[in-house]
Amino acid sequence: MKINDLLHQTSEWLKGTGPNSDIVISSRIRLARNLQKFPFPHWANKKQNRDILDAVAQAVPAIEGLKNATLFKLSELDNIDRQFLIERHLMSYEHAQKTDFKGLIIDDEEVISIMINEEDHIRAQVMQSGFNLFEAWGILNKVDESMARELPFAFLSDWGYLTACPTNAGTGMRGSVMLHLPALIMTRQINQVLAAIAKLSFTTRGLYGEGTQAVGNFFQISNQISLGPSEKEIIENINGLIRQIIEQELQTREILMTKSKIMLEDKIYRSFGILKSAYTISSQETTELLSLVRLGVDLGMIRDITRRTVNELFILTQPAHLQKLENKKISSQERDFKRAEIIRQQLTVK
Amino acid sequence: MLCNICGKNPATVHLTEIVDNQMNELHLCEECAREKSSQMEQQFGLSDLLVGLTQTEKSSEDKEFANLKCAGCGLTYKDFKKIGRLGCGECYTTFKKYLGPLLKRIHGSTIHHGKTPFLTVKVTKNKVDVQELRQQLQKAVESEAYEEAARIRDQIKEIEQKQSPEPGGNEEK
Ligand SMILES: [Zn+2]
Ligand SMILES: [Zn+2]
Repeated sequence: MKINDLLHQTSEWLKGTGPNSDIVISSRIRLARNLQKFPFPHWANKKQNRDILDAVAQAVPAIEGLKNATLFKLSELDNIDRQFLIERHLMSYEHAQKTDFKGLIIDDEEVISIMINEEDHIRAQVMQSGFNLFEAWGILNKVDESMARELPFAFLSDWGYLTACPTNAGTGMRGSVMLHLPALIMTRQINQVLAAIAKLSFTTRGLYGEGTQAVGNFFQISNQISLGPSEKEIIENINGLIRQIIEQELQTREILMTKSKIMLEDKIYRSFGILKSAYTISSQETTELLSLVRLGVDLGMIRDITRRTVNELFILTQPAHLQKLENKKISSQERDFKRAEIIRQQLTVK
Repeated sequence: MLCNICGKNPATVHLTEIVDNQMNELHLCEECAREKSSQMEQQFGLSDLLVGLTQTEKSSEDKEFANLKCAGCGLTYKDFKKIGRLGCGECYTTFKKYLGPLLKRIHGSTIHHGKTPFLTVKVTKNKVDVQELRQQLQKAVESEAYEEAARIRDQIKEIEQKQSPEPGGNEEK
């Protein structure tokens, strides 16, 4: 597989399917693992980092689910490719910095991805569409078991899997759910929700980046605690919280539909109209308007395009994706033209 | 609106930061937002650690442990305090006395209840290497990890029971 092959397929997490996919975009589980006898990547020397990369690379053929996977060396990719992989949520922004001896394994379907020599030797993740953490865990657990057969992991019986940062020790597990919450934001109820989440030791962040929550009505919610509860308990705790948020968002959508239907229709159809007719558009405006169009699809107001089309547009209109489509580096102004063009094409009913 | 950090580029990313249940609004340009988010994640781990450390640490212990060095990787306790990251798996044993209270502060627990990598030995290999398990058992006993030792002992028992009906399977007493 080559990076360019990914451009024309839909990432698993963007398919717009799975439970509660009107509100939940995707579910993701990642595990942090480290090899015994090797320093953690930040503390290892070059030779050690190379040995770690080699050891994991050698194990790949024996790892479950990676029969059709490709290992990329980050130092061999150009900036646009790296940015492209970040936009597809296949790796972190941090992983694209200081790329010596860093690796990324991706399976053909973009379900499983494994970062080598990020903060930990191994950061393996599985993504699923919709509200589906247990499904993701089922896949990742098998990946982990087959890795453990090949690679000796640093582990203590009382403290679990050992990680570079003690905040990840124990299960090494982070479960994240990406939510689309336009109604809670429109009605300004989101702050209460977020404050409650912070009290419960969960973290929120935006579509991109860590530790923050950003634009476009998207929120990613993750567990903070990784030592103590079992993997199953961690997932159950996240699920409990997510179910409450979904319920609140649904109720608020219903209230908006009964009390301010015309206002809502106006917002949604105007957004749709701008996206279908603009000839230049920024990334920021795109995300905001697409979010409203997605709400329109979810509420059954817009019927001639699918959720999947809207989801794909979120990613195709990102800077590196636009440049991959053009097959060259283009300026921010040119990107705004290209972005508008792609949106017009996709939203025009064939 | 201009970016709150650089004051030059237009603010296109609007963040809400929650620190100690206080919400702060930030309006940033795309570039500063990226910077900020990677920074925040690091700080997040770090500040958590530092709070934990200062609270569990007494000045006399500080002196005693500042130069404590991990035999596995050479990281000192001082290094750890500075960078907020450990050097290798062995560091957890070297700095056990300090990490215990810190883990408790971060996670509210110091006992792992999740999966272990050892179970896979049983599940995966057809001819399980009992010898290998015995070595693990001995190691566990030596490092006083009795819970783990008990688990491995059960595993060995289970395997031997499974293997015993096999013709020629050498049963150990
Ligand atoms: Zn700025
Ligand atoms: Zn060490």
